Amino acid sequence: MSTKQVNRADIIFSPYSVAPYEILRLSMQKTKPEVIEEITESGLRGRGGAGFLTGLKWKFFANTDGDEKYIICNADEGEPGTFKDRKLLVEVPRKVISGMAIAAYACNATKGVIYLRAEYNNLIPALKKELDIFDEHAKKFGLKFKIEIFSGAGAYVCGEETALIESMEGQRGEPRNKPPFPIQNGYLGKPTLVNNVETFATASMVCRYGASTYKTYGTSDQRGSKLFSISGDSPKEGVFELELGMKISDFVEEFGDGDTKAVQVGGVAGFCIPRKQFETAIVGEGNTTGGATMIFNSTRSMYNVLHNYLDFFAEESCGQCTPCRVGTQQLLKGIEAVKSGTKPVEYLDDLIKLSKTMQITSKCGLGQSVTNSFTSIVQNFKEEMIY
Amino acid sequence: MAEIAEIINDKIKHFGRERVALLPILQGIVKEKNFVNNQDMVQIAEALDISAADVFGTASFYSFIDHVERGKYVIRVCKSITCEMKGKHKVLQALEDELRIKLGETTHDKKFSLLQSNCLGLCDQGPAMLINEEAYTHLNPVKVHEIINHFRNLSK
Repeated sequence: MSTKQVNRADIIFSPYSVAPYEILRLSMQKTKPEVIEEITESGLRGRGGAGFLTGLKWKFFANTDGDEKYIICNADEGEPGTFKDRKLLVEVPRKVISGMAIAAYACNATKGVIYLRAEYNNLIPALKKELDIFDEHAKKFGLKFKIEIFSGAGAYVCGEETALIESMEGQRGEPRNKPPFPIQNGYLGKPTLVNNVETFATASMVCRYGASTYKTYGTSDQRGSKLFSISGDSPKEGVFELELGMKISDFVEEFGDGDTKAVQVGGVAGFCIPRKQFETAIVGEGNTTGGATMIFNSTRSMYNVLHNYLDFFAEESCGQCTPCRVGTQQLLKGIEAVKSGTKPVEYLDDLIKLSKTMQITSKCGLGQSVTNSFTSIVQNFKEEMIY
Repeated sequence: MAEIAEIINDKIKHFGRERVALLPILQGIVKEKNFVNNQDMVQIAEALDISAADVFGTASFYSFIDHVERGKYVIRVCKSITCEMKGKHKVLQALEDELRIKLGETTHDKKFSLLQSNCLGLCDQGPAMLINEEAYTHLNPVKVHEIINHFRNLSK
């Protein structure tokens, strides 16, 4: 297992090319399979958190026939601790749109949608201006691809791609059973490609610099660079583009305040890494990451942290499947009961069992991932749960 | 104020008389008057030829589609862990004192509603809140006072 020091990269926020949508124009001079091959070769994984290989997804999508194919940019960034997509849409929207357009060219899609969370509605005017510039250039390049903005309405679960599609269809944002995957049967039953904002922006940068250059970043397990949203007890909060494959200890050295007791990697759906594991854990390996890293110092009560997370999960569970709907509420009640002494300490083990059951039985990633933060906090900070 | 029927027709023109028009219609009405009442939902149901219960089921799923009356300015304070760590409680207290209402309530003059929201994506600039669609960051009690005064003067 190779590791990297904390290295800043400057790919995603590098200045625009001189002519607008030049990367799109150059990509359209290649054949469609060549473009997809470039993305596959780069080893790029989805940047939303699940980490599916982007090239493979595009290939499946390209091979699906349909008279109308949709490309959706998932800008429903709701994971607490994540704000990288907002920065991308504010500072380099052209790269995001380029990525969507390159995918549209390579996979023969004609319609695009940016699903923007309601909390980011104030970004719409600027995005619309950029879309006008895009329309002009798409016409010039002979690309038939129209992008619209669809505004979300405040639901974390709509970041899950099938819930997002349900929401666009005017339904409650409840995830669908998979398969069929959106690639075959998505928005209005049409083939639909859903990728995260950062995935599209990075795809356009892979096309600009070439897969061979992009691959030199990161380690053999994790290719390239990635945006990290850093918040909490850190003197350097903000969005940073870092080479993948860092040890947590190096990361904490760079971004911590000198008194770091735990790092939450991958948002509240991710894992809480305690100090004793800093040396051995690697950011993004075994602790899936959308890049949200929250840093807690020794003044913080991990009980309060976990209580906040569970309150969030209980509220945002869509309520469709029982393990998640009831499980999130019971976990919250459970830690309150242990804290107040109405339940014995051993009850925490029952709660961990419950969270593992939710992992197996919940329908979507929301219920499945609660156990990540729950188990890692309860096991590593047990005394804080009790006293 | 634009008529509800006008908003419905406008969205139907764009999206068709289809279910996909539902969320945009609800959002359009919320934008106009900050909440959707029962009559509005019946009207939408008739226009889209679906049941009113279906409209309510969808509307009530989403936290930005309010179905109880809200004030002209809806304040949503971020309650995520990082904003909490940076002093959300003080900000909330200052808002309650300033507006003389509790969390979840609306002022008598129907100008302000005070709500909480899950992560606003402003974790590096917390504590943060939204007032309607505008974001306010790095909040403290003094800043809260200034912001609320600004909005009070606006609506005079």
